[in-house]
Amino acid sequence: MRFAGAIAVALLIAGFAFAAEIPQADRRSGYDFMKPDTKAMQDEDTANPGMLWVLDGEALWKRKAGTANKACADCHDDARTGMKGVAARYPAFDKATGRPLDLEQRINSCRSNHQQATPLPFESRELLALTAFVARQSQGARIETGGDPQLAPFIEKGRELYLQRQGQLNLGCTNCHDDNWDKRLAGSAITQGHPTGYPLYRLEWQSLGSLQRRLRACISGIRAQPYDYGAPELVELELYLMSRARGMPMEAPAVRP
Amino acid sequence: MASALINVPAKAKRGDIIEIKTLMSHIMETGYRHTAAGELVPRDIITSFTCRFNGSEIFRADLFPAIAANPFITFFTTATESGKFEFEWIGDQGFSETASASITVE
Repeated sequence: MRFAGAIAVALLIAGFAFAAEIPQADRRSGYDFMKPDTKAMQDEDTANPGMLWVLDGEALWKRKAGTANKACADCHDDARTGMKGVAARYPAFDKATGRPLDLEQRINSCRSNHQQATPLPFESRELLALTAFVARQSQGARIETGGDPQLAPFIEKGRELYLQRQGQLNLGCTNCHDDNWDKRLAGSAITQGHPTGYPLYRLEWQSLGSLQRRLRACISGIRAQPYDYGAPELVELELYLMSRARGMPMEAPAVRP
Repeated sequence: MASALINVPAKAKRGDIIEIKTLMSHIMETGYRHTAAGELVPRDIITSFTCRFNGSEIFRADLFPAIAANPFITFFTTATESGKFEFEWIGDQGFSETASASITVE
């Protein structure tokens, strides 16, 4: 009996090591893995370089653009009230395309359809600035992404990609971010991969960057071919990650090492 | 485009030691990197930062290529009288930015 018990315990432990999901109570933002000086940078608006983009975004919000000669503010008014909590619901389902859109894509679709302006390139200063400004209005809000039932099949696709081993290193996201988040990779904390602070300022990038940039870097890291910016796979992965982080507070613009 | 973030206490008591924090938007391109085509990316950095209080210089720093983008410079000073801090950043390719902040000393 004792032997059977030991096997059961061993199986339990093995089961834990391969546990696909982090229990709700154990979820931690990347912020919790940082050193106090990096936390201090994020916490203070005048020390957080991400605020440079937020201020740029505020100016762009009010600037008229495109042949429609309309500014974001002409439809959405003051972002402080109108955009509050919006970023905490993205990526969201877009009726026109029948697919989820992330915040950058929503801003660009708004530009094309309502401002009749050219879409801004991914990772351009302007697009990051507008995204950061909109996301800043949700700082402290709980993430709600994925509530819409129409998103369910896309969340599932994102989850499959998250679990899928790929690349020369043959790793899936889950192998690090669920199974080994309490360990370190070289000198860096692995973290749980909750995208609570995007777009965020990475000291390594010396710039603000989007979640798609981060995902592409991670995919290169496992020596797989990264998806192009705006690829459906990346948006589905973003969607899965945000729905996985549901209930955690938004931090954008965060600072990360 | 936004350039500077400044943090100076609005009020202080005479004799207090206060911290001044500044963050300037700048790419700080080192001049040592090459493009994919092999061409050298020209150096583009801030070379000098100065802070004046009521007209007289109280802090100066020279900056070099090893300093990260968006330099965050902080320093301490003693609050002596009410007045205005004026900050100036000068750099390559004609870069020049200024900012200011006021303090009331009681």
